[in-house]
Amino acid sequence: MAKNTVFKVLKYTFLIMMAFLFLTPVYVIIVTSLKPLDEVSLAEMWTLPSTIDFTSYTQAFTELAPNFMNSIYLVIPATLISALLGAMNGYVLSKWRFKGSEIIFTVMLFGMFIPYQSILIPLIQFLRTIGLYNSITGLIFTHVVYGLPITTLMFRNFYANIPDSMIESAKIDGASFLSIFRRIIIPLSISGFVVVAIWQFTNIWNEFLFAVTITNSGSQPVMVALQNLSGSQIVQWNVQMAGALIAAMPTLLVYIILGKYFVRGLLAGSVKG
Amino acid sequence: MEQQVDMNKKVATKPHKKKKRITKDHLLAVSFLLPSFILILIFVYGFIGWTGWVSLSNWNTLVPDFSFAGLKNYIYLFGDYRFQADLRNTVFFTILFIGAVIVMGLLLSALIDSKIKGETFFRNVFLFPMALSFVVTGVVWQWLLNPSTGFNQFLEVFGIQPKWYTDTNILAGFEWGSIEFGLPVAIVAVVIAAVWQMTGFSLAMYLAGLRGIPEELREAARIDGASEFQIYRKVILPMLTPITVSVVIIMAHISLKIFDLIYAMTGSGANFVTDVPGVYMFETTFRGNYYANGSAIAIIMLLLVAVFIVPYLITNRRGDS
Repeated sequence: MAKNTVFKVLKYTFLIMMAFLFLTPVYVIIVTSLKPLDEVSLAEMWTLPSTIDFTSYTQAFTELAPNFMNSIYLVIPATLISALLGAMNGYVLSKWRFKGSEIIFTVMLFGMFIPYQSILIPLIQFLRTIGLYNSITGLIFTHVVYGLPITTLMFRNFYANIPDSMIESAKIDGASFLSIFRRIIIPLSISGFVVVAIWQFTNIWNEFLFAVTITNSGSQPVMVALQNLSGSQIVQWNVQMAGALIAAMPTLLVYIILGKYFVRGLLAGSVKG
Repeated sequence: MEQQVDMNKKVATKPHKKKKRITKDHLLAVSFLLPSFILILIFVYGFIGWTGWVSLSNWNTLVPDFSFAGLKNYIYLFGDYRFQADLRNTVFFTILFIGAVIVMGLLLSALIDSKIKGETFFRNVFLFPMALSFVVTGVVWQWLLNPSTGFNQFLEVFGIQPKWYTDTNILAGFEWGSIEFGLPVAIVAVVIAAVWQMTGFSLAMYLAGLRGIPEELREAARIDGASEFQIYRKVILPMLTPITVSVVIIMAHISLKIFDLIYAMTGSGANFVTDVPGVYMFETTFRGNYYANGSAIAIIMLLLVAVFIVPYLITNRRGDS
């Protein structure tokens, strides 16, 4: 019994210490971003602000606002289109398998793991040729294409849970491929769409490599602008922290509100699902 | 294809309503999938081929030059100080990162699964960094691990002042090619930030795995007189092996292609102590216009990832059907 109590104390001590460690960055972001400029110094990193000052937020917001909007214009269509295509592919790959469909699926899956550096140079040449380089539309297109493997995988695994007998009896009743999709599959995929949409939203919002290479100046998404903000020597530290929080807010909010679905997406993305 | 032709034939000679509908539906099914598949073929496989071709060309200026250079760019890279440093850093980053993420995930999931108070709170605290961008992580940890502030202000009490990502020491180093091979101390700082962000992934995976293990199994082991620790080691850990494999593969591919975290947090570092192929590829291609060299780096990165991913995909897909 005594041994058990000791173990319990150790367990909670460890967990609480870890929790503190994991929350330290949040503390630093919030504390620093609320400090007035004259209190932002390396020596006083951990101290609380004497007065709460929102200047760093207004300053960071004016810097990031246009890019923040770019990210919104990017993430909404890219998420919706890639989710819809994923649902279509997943439907076929789970309920209308044909000879070779499994191979097609595996071939598509590989696209999920490639380092995007290995397609970046041709992609940029291609986008230049069709006039979509340095545009949000070009980025939307890019995220839709390279999002296909993961959305297809997620929907395929999701639809695998819908019993085949349901589809079969609908077929016997004379329902066609399209009407089964519209009347049975889509209504049953609401939570699937939520999971995939959250996953895509988070990934596209947070993505940096495509963003920094395909766009410059006017059409850059918020993560590139944040990186530029922190990279420049003149921008104060409290403004950087406020900027980081502003840029992280949408995905953080999604996680806080719909965390359950976020975790489900994370698990679904691990191939087996 | 043959089958479809065959079916059409039957329909033509002996009209049968049901058969005809199935054929049309199957064509529709293929037409649903085909656009995506073609996009993947072009934009993944075609473009990889294109990059491979660029990597064998002389295009190392602003103006495209597709004249054949053979393996010149690869030979250059493997003799290059910076690229050798990148390979070294990638090896140590990958090993430390995967090891730490697995250990943290196992430990935290076991504790969270042991019917604790505040389970939801702890789970969310360890999981939320997953929702952040590597850029945000990089910006914040750059300050936390800044040698003149951050954690060092606490460590001062103990009289230790690590130089974190500004440390240029190579631990247990020995001459290898043109670099010193050994653990670059600076990479540890980047690993800490990456582990902070990705522990949630392995934690969630292991938690899902633990929840899938029936309580009767532990009960049976307990009746056989096994201690909790023994149960964990002998019963539960082996059952979690498939999850560990998935975590290792997914973390390995993230670590081999890492770019944004390092770019935002430290950059290449002095003497390239925190440089990785992803950063080198970006800088040499888009800042230096060495397109052929950049392509060669990208192809090497792809091959490194493929070593992990291809066997995983093949065995995984086989087990599926």
